[in-house]
Amino acid sequence: MTPFVYARADSLGDTIAAGAAPDSAFLAGGTELLNWLRLGIAEPTRIIDISRLDGLDQIEALPGGGLTIGAVTHLNDVAQHALVMRDYPVLSQAILHAASPQLRNLATIGGNLLQKTRCAYFRAEEQLPCNKRQLGSGCSALHGINDNHAIFGWTKDCVATQPSDPAVALAALDAVVVTAHRSGGRRIPAAEFHLLPDTRPEADNVLQQGELITAIELPAAAPRSAYLKVRERESYEYAIVSAAAVLEMDGQTIRRAAVALGSVALRPWRLSTAEEQLAGTELGDREALSTAIEQSFAEARPLSQNAYKIELAKTAALRAIERAARMPS
Amino acid sequence: MMISQPVARPDGGVKVTGRARYAADYFAPDLLHAVLVTAPVPAGRVTSIAVDDALAEKGVVRVLTHEDMPKFGRFASPRAEPDTQMQQAEGPPAAQSFMPMQGNEIRHEGQPLAIVLGETLEAAEAGARRVALRYEFAEPELPAPPEWTAIDKAAVVPRESGFLFLEPTFTKGEVDRGLSNAAAMVEAVYLQPSRHHNAMEPSATLAEWNDGELTLHDATQHVYGVRQVLAARLNIPAEKVRVISRHTGGGFGGKGWIWPHQVLAAAAARIMQRPVRLALSRANAYSCLGYQPRMAQKIVLAADRSGKLTAVQQDVVNLTTVTDDFVEFATEASKGLYATPAMRLSQRVERANVAMPTPLRAPVEGPGTWALESAMDELAHRLGIDPLDLRLINHADTDPATGQPWSSKKLREAYEEGARLFGWRERPRKPQRDGDWLIGYGMATCSMGCFRNPTPAAEVRLRRDGTVLIRTGTQDIGTGTLTIFPQIAADVLGLPMEKVELEMGDTQLPEAGPTYGSSSTMGVGAAVLAAAEDARSQLARLANLLPDEVEMQDGHIRRKGAAGGQTIADVMSHTDIGEIIGSGSFDPAQHGKGLAMRTFGAIFMEVGVDPGLGLLRLRRAVGSYSAGRIVNPRTARSQMTGGIIWGWGMAAIEQSRHEPVLGRFLSKNLSGVAIPVNADIPGDIIIHFVDEVDEHASPIGGKGIGELGATGVAAAVANAVFDATGKRIRELPITPEKLL
Repeated sequence: MTPFVYARADSLGDTIAAGAAPDSAFLAGGTELLNWLRLGIAEPTRIIDISRLDGLDQIEALPGGGLTIGAVTHLNDVAQHALVMRDYPVLSQAILHAASPQLRNLATIGGNLLQKTRCAYFRAEEQLPCNKRQLGSGCSALHGINDNHAIFGWTKDCVATQPSDPAVALAALDAVVVTAHRSGGRRIPAAEFHLLPDTRPEADNVLQQGELITAIELPAAAPRSAYLKVRERESYEYAIVSAAAVLEMDGQTIRRAAVALGSVALRPWRLSTAEEQLAGTELGDREALSTAIEQSFAEARPLSQNAYKIELAKTAALRAIERAARMPS
Repeated sequence: MMISQPVARPDGGVKVTGRARYAADYFAPDLLHAVLVTAPVPAGRVTSIAVDDALAEKGVVRVLTHEDMPKFGRFASPRAEPDTQMQQAEGPPAAQSFMPMQGNEIRHEGQPLAIVLGETLEAAEAGARRVALRYEFAEPELPAPPEWTAIDKAAVVPRESGFLFLEPTFTKGEVDRGLSNAAAMVEAVYLQPSRHHNAMEPSATLAEWNDGELTLHDATQHVYGVRQVLAARLNIPAEKVRVISRHTGGGFGGKGWIWPHQVLAAAAARIMQRPVRLALSRANAYSCLGYQPRMAQKIVLAADRSGKLTAVQQDVVNLTTVTDDFVEFATEASKGLYATPAMRLSQRVERANVAMPTPLRAPVEGPGTWALESAMDELAHRLGIDPLDLRLINHADTDPATGQPWSSKKLREAYEEGARLFGWRERPRKPQRDGDWLIGYGMATCSMGCFRNPTPAAEVRLRRDGTVLIRTGTQDIGTGTLTIFPQIAADVLGLPMEKVELEMGDTQLPEAGPTYGSSSTMGVGAAVLAAAEDARSQLARLANLLPDEVEMQDGHIRRKGAAGGQTIADVMSHTDIGEIIGSGSFDPAQHGKGLAMRTFGAIFMEVGVDPGLGLLRLRRAVGSYSAGRIVNPRTARSQMTGGIIWGWGMAAIEQSRHEPVLGRFLSKNLSGVAIPVNADIPGDIIIHFVDEVDEHASPIGGKGIGELGATGVAAAVANAVFDATGKRIRELPITPEKLL
């Protein structure tokens, strides 16, 4: 581990000023940053602790509907917040399916979005060929073990997936990631926050150096929503595939559906084509639901070992929709 | 009576509050921290190791390479038979003959190549990253693809060595006739991946020299084994080596034999003339300690119309390293489980540039029952016989391989009582559903060989104040030995548990065997029993009573059946003796001659399979065992439950994958190697022991249970999956892609 300077920021202004320096990193819960330091994935020389910044750990209803969640709110505090549980069950469920209770007590909602892929080649204790570790070194998984890798949006430079559970729920909810930066803040749609490997495989998301997530904003309440996670063990494990579904219903007919898949690409994967066709579909018509979902899989491309994930993802999407429909409105 | 009571663990408090000290918790003045630099490739030759950048790191004191290391001595395995080539062969308790840092060859990825020594762990770690290795890459031998044809082609007969405990082949009767006369036959290949022990404590050694004498604080399942191997490797007399291991943070076989890092830590301390602590990183634990190797087993079972086996054929191939042939004797299950007139068994190895495998809970019958008990289920379905009935039909009344009578066997009772507790006979025969879940039921026989290690000596000291001190050079790996040895002494001496202290985990204490192979209760337990009885006899003589006619209760000694009696203090006050030193030992050769010994049991499981999502979950289980007398039903239940969970991991979750291009383990951390968590394990696990005393195996009347619970489970799960889905899975673990 490379030695670093630790600093605690007193104000948001100081924080983003200090974060602009190259080789500086923000520290919130630290549950992921510490992994990077230990593995040599990141070697910041200056770490700025934002965990005690005023006003970044609040959950508040927005005047026109919706909710704003401060970026350093602990995951469990988000998942167990009365408004989140009632109005955004998909987010509450996604969080409670993430990591372990201990980690969720420390990790923050903003930091969670910044986690990097769990690809074993990327996370190795030795630097293996991996374009995310060292651009130009290649992708070991492409011709190696890739049974849990991407089926959407991958390139020969990187076939990894983004592991965040909350990110999948936020993508389905059309949430907004609010940031601050020395040159001004931004509002980034959650579904566009993470980057596919097609342009810069070494980059994970759209943030610039020194840009800080300050809040997550959720739009109007989505009580009919659910999250489903598939993994070989019951807890404390990343997904093979996950699915978040958000529904608006007219009786038993879907008025509007938003479906996002997790662990299938380097970003939560919205099934946009399927969503269009799902509108107007009867819930009881499983075949129609499946046919609609099928539309979004025309662009799925399996790797050498993960064709099974395509079928699995379709079923997960279907089950998530059915689960969301069963939620009380 | 303390024996057979569910006494709580006296070490529970220090364990859950973190006060128990493990090897890496010890310090020494002037301590140096060691970090290994390991081979990044599986084969080749180191051409240079540049250390200047590492030495420039603040706090780095020295970088040792093979050029600094002494020539390590050979260790001849005491297991070797005289008058054979094996006499000179290396073997256990050394985990491998190959010692790294003796030359520049690279035999496997993760092999230690250099040791960075720092004033702090952080400095040594930083230094290790700055060591610049140059090497010539050589084309490695890599594990064959996981299918029979490829593995069979790569397989060779194992070399003679200390790791070849038994003949690699075994035949009995006329197999070909048994096969041709069969009414039903199963021929199938069963695969399982390499799996690591993944103990909570990766392993650590603190080595300190004083006037040519070496003291080691070590994480080990065998302090005397460490002493023996280190003395040989370092070319010093065994008396000059003291090994201390108060607590070991999980063994499961991974710390059973002695690995190179223990030797390297001691050598580094000698070179530096300073104490050195080498705490393996989690990544080191995957390549510097062993693992259960990837295995392929081809089984042929043949039976007549009534279900009686006519022949059993089993060909086993396990992966091993290029320098040593570790042999995983899965064929022992076929040798010991079912009556059959004919069997033909073979063990071969597949050599590759991988780290050395080692026993892992449960070895031998662990893999063996996975294949055999799956095949028995397939045979039962082919014959239309209930899987439990097929096992009863083929019950072995004597040892199938040798024909010897059993020391004790109550497997029929274990089947019957387990089946009753599970409701096996009443289970639904039609497909069952619970929402998206298909429900299935499966069972398998459990069995483990009886490893009896000699215990040369144990001491039980009875003091004037009525307190007791047990002294034994065995060790605590968390299995319950800290509970049952005091229990045994308390039982004999008629004292409550809190009057008994136990000192263990030190080669300055009387020599005891290893804590592996489910052997401690029989070996050390019997020696403690004998020592306590010796102490009681001595006290009886002081009290002018006949030793054979006394009993002790509530701190009093008296003639059996008499009332009252004298207190220990009263008896001893008439003498000038401060304490009575009782001694005892256990020599397996003196017990059960000519008898076959095994533990047995049956595991019944109910699983749920969600075929849409490929999920497999455990719903409930019953384990019913014939394992002799149970000294402590509480710790025993805990061990069996742990064994079933361990088996569940083998069945459904665990694998250490060999990366096919880079020749390393794909993932060397627990984030990439899944093992069961609490949420995977239902509360409804029933453990049952048949009432039994095996007086031949050991005077304790008990046999080993540490591994028994982990046997049979993988097959029971696969059998239950078949029951639920009609899908026969022959490759572990049973992960989602196999169930979709």
